[in-house]
Amino acid sequence: MRMLMTLRVAARALRRNKLRSALTTLGIIIGVGAVIAMVNIGGGAKAQVEAQVASLGQNVILIFSGSFTRGGAHSGWGGAGTLTVEDAQAIAREVPAVLYVSPEVRTVAQVATGNQNWNTQVLGTGADYFEIRQWAFTAGTGFTEQDVRAATKVAVIGQTTAQQLFGSAHPLGEIVRIKNMPFVVIGVLAPKGLSMMGSDQDDVIVIPYTSAMKRITGATTLRSIMVQAKSPALLPTAEEQITALLRQRHRITAGKEDDFMVRNQQEIAEMATATSKVMTTLLGAIASVSLIVGGIGIMNIMLVSVTERTREIGIRLAVGARRRDILLQFLIEAVTLSSLGGLIGIGVGIATSQILARVMNWPTIISWPAILGAFLFSGAVGVFFGFYPARKAARLDPIEALRYE
Amino acid sequence: MNPVIQLTDVHKIYRTGEVNVHAVRGVTLTIARGEFVAIMGASGSGKSTLMNILGCLDRPTRGQYRLDGTAVADLDGDGLADLRNRKLGFVFQGFNLLPRTSALENVELPMMYLHEHLPAATQRERALRALATVGLADRARHDPNQLSGGQQQRVAIARALVNAPMVLLADEPTGNLDSQTSVEIMRVFQQLNETGITIVMVTHEADIATYAQRRLVMSDGVVVTDEPLARRATAGAP
Ligand SMILES: Nc1ncnc2c1ncn2[C@@H]1O[C@H](COP(=O)(O)OP(=O)(O)OP(=O)(O)O)[C@@H](O)[C@H]1O
Ligand SMILES: [Mg+2]
Repeated sequence: MRMLMTLRVAARALRRNKLRSALTTLGIIIGVGAVIAMVNIGGGAKAQVEAQVASLGQNVILIFSGSFTRGGAHSGWGGAGTLTVEDAQAIAREVPAVLYVSPEVRTVAQVATGNQNWNTQVLGTGADYFEIRQWAFTAGTGFTEQDVRAATKVAVIGQTTAQQLFGSAHPLGEIVRIKNMPFVVIGVLAPKGLSMMGSDQDDVIVIPYTSAMKRITGATTLRSIMVQAKSPALLPTAEEQITALLRQRHRITAGKEDDFMVRNQQEIAEMATATSKVMTTLLGAIASVSLIVGGIGIMNIMLVSVTERTREIGIRLAVGARRRDILLQFLIEAVTLSSLGGLIGIGVGIATSQILARVMNWPTIISWPAILGAFLFSGAVGVFFGFYPARKAARLDPIEALRYE
Repeated sequence: MNPVIQLTDVHKIYRTGEVNVHAVRGVTLTIARGEFVAIMGASGSGKSTLMNILGCLDRPTRGQYRLDGTAVADLDGDGLADLRNRKLGFVFQGFNLLPRTSALENVELPMMYLHEHLPAATQRERALRALATVGLADRARHDPNQLSGGQQQRVAIARALVNAPMVLLADEPTGNLDSQTSVEIMRVFQQLNETGITIVMVTHEADIATYAQRRLVMSDGVVVTDEPLARRATAGAP
């Protein structure tokens, strides 16, 4: 009960200096806001990585062709076409840690049915591609090794493509024309959602890579090779063996750089979320500095307040306040200040992460444990930085305090 | 009649750097329940120092002080705080009200530190009754800066009364007031004294001292005169 009264006294003292109280809490607001935003963004990024790592398949290694630069423009990985079908076959043959290998080429093309057409990603892969990516079918099946060898004109379409070309009609057995080349639809893929780069993975049409190279693009090299290792434990071995094999096949002498890039799925996912990671670190730094500065701000204001209210303290002591009552009064005032800052900061943090989620298209997760933690921590900041001023108030000599001008 | 205040050879020495100020040099004094005592004396004679000791705001350097039978030297800080809270009431020359806080809330302040917590309604009622006793029931909602000096001092008296103390200690309560307002304050004191409250008051004004029953004069830290006032002045009815 005495506590409740003390709380009322503290609230009134803070209300009396509204602007000062508001400015004092600013440091805590920014600090807690940054922590909450950081945790929300970091949590979102982590969840995204996990989801995408899972959506890529299991124990997946990607090998990209090297990049080239022409007229100052960088092609990006996969552009230089340093990987060949023979490289893929060699990996399948000579790397024992590898379970499946799927060469990959891709292009963007207009695909058409009788009266619909759609611009989509055309993916040329091996027969094992669906196995590696653990991609299920809602109808039909994938193509076979036989189809790949014969460069058959068969296609498997993603959900988005199916929607666009066929609507609610049944696509199996229908003809789609890719750059005017007719392909028979033999399978429809289950939806997989957005990729880690933010593109629609279901907006795709998958055909044997041989068909793609011979009939569509005319390319002779691969963009990339997708490999599945036999187990998670064999991932590093597989990566090493692939690198060694490809360096040997490409006659890269020791000390020269690879003309290809090997990445496992974890690394690929982390590359995709690198920007949000930088942001998370930055926010973390802002948060810790702000919380300390905010705490010192509270200590400073509380010291000023104790000095200003010396006479009040004297009066309270004279009418029977114990030292503990005075200590508690100023401590509660400091904690009220900092918790209030914490509450506002939580709001600011959630708002910030939501805005970033919109503008930067980052996924964010509202973490309730972090919110509770931040609130408790802001209270603890109040206790820590408020204790010294409060003790100073409680130790005042009543006679001197009463005489203080 | 058992004494409320019993001082035995009380000394107070202030140690400030090299110089020791011997402000009170052996005061032995007994004040009975229901007395109204005025303390006079030259400036620097140790009156305020003695009042601070009586008020348990300060401890004597030497000697014994018994308040209502309790040896104050045996109490810790919390014990002294409780004595101030329940048995003593203070009135200061400078009023010492909390600024920007209504008269009512100023009067409620000592109840906030009572051991046994009172419900808010009871606190309010007691504070209003104390304000009525000093004739300020109609000013309960006013802040100190909206009150005259005499009214502020009466709020301070109401605050001193609200926990029903045995002793009211007043250090120059009329020092900041004009003579007519001073008489009004003395009227309040005499009314309180008639209800049985012991009053110890420091004053520089001889005519104010005549409202008391007993007069002490201090000089250089000792009591040099201790006399009853036979022809006691009456502040009379308003
Ligand atoms: N805190 C202190 N430290 C040192 N010396 C003090 C202190 N308080 C009072 N004194 C000294 O003790 C002596 C008595 O002071 P005190 O305030 O008791 O006098 P007083 O009788 O109340 O005077 P006045 O009538 O002017 O109020 C003075 O010499 C004063 O300087
Ligand atoms: Mg004095």
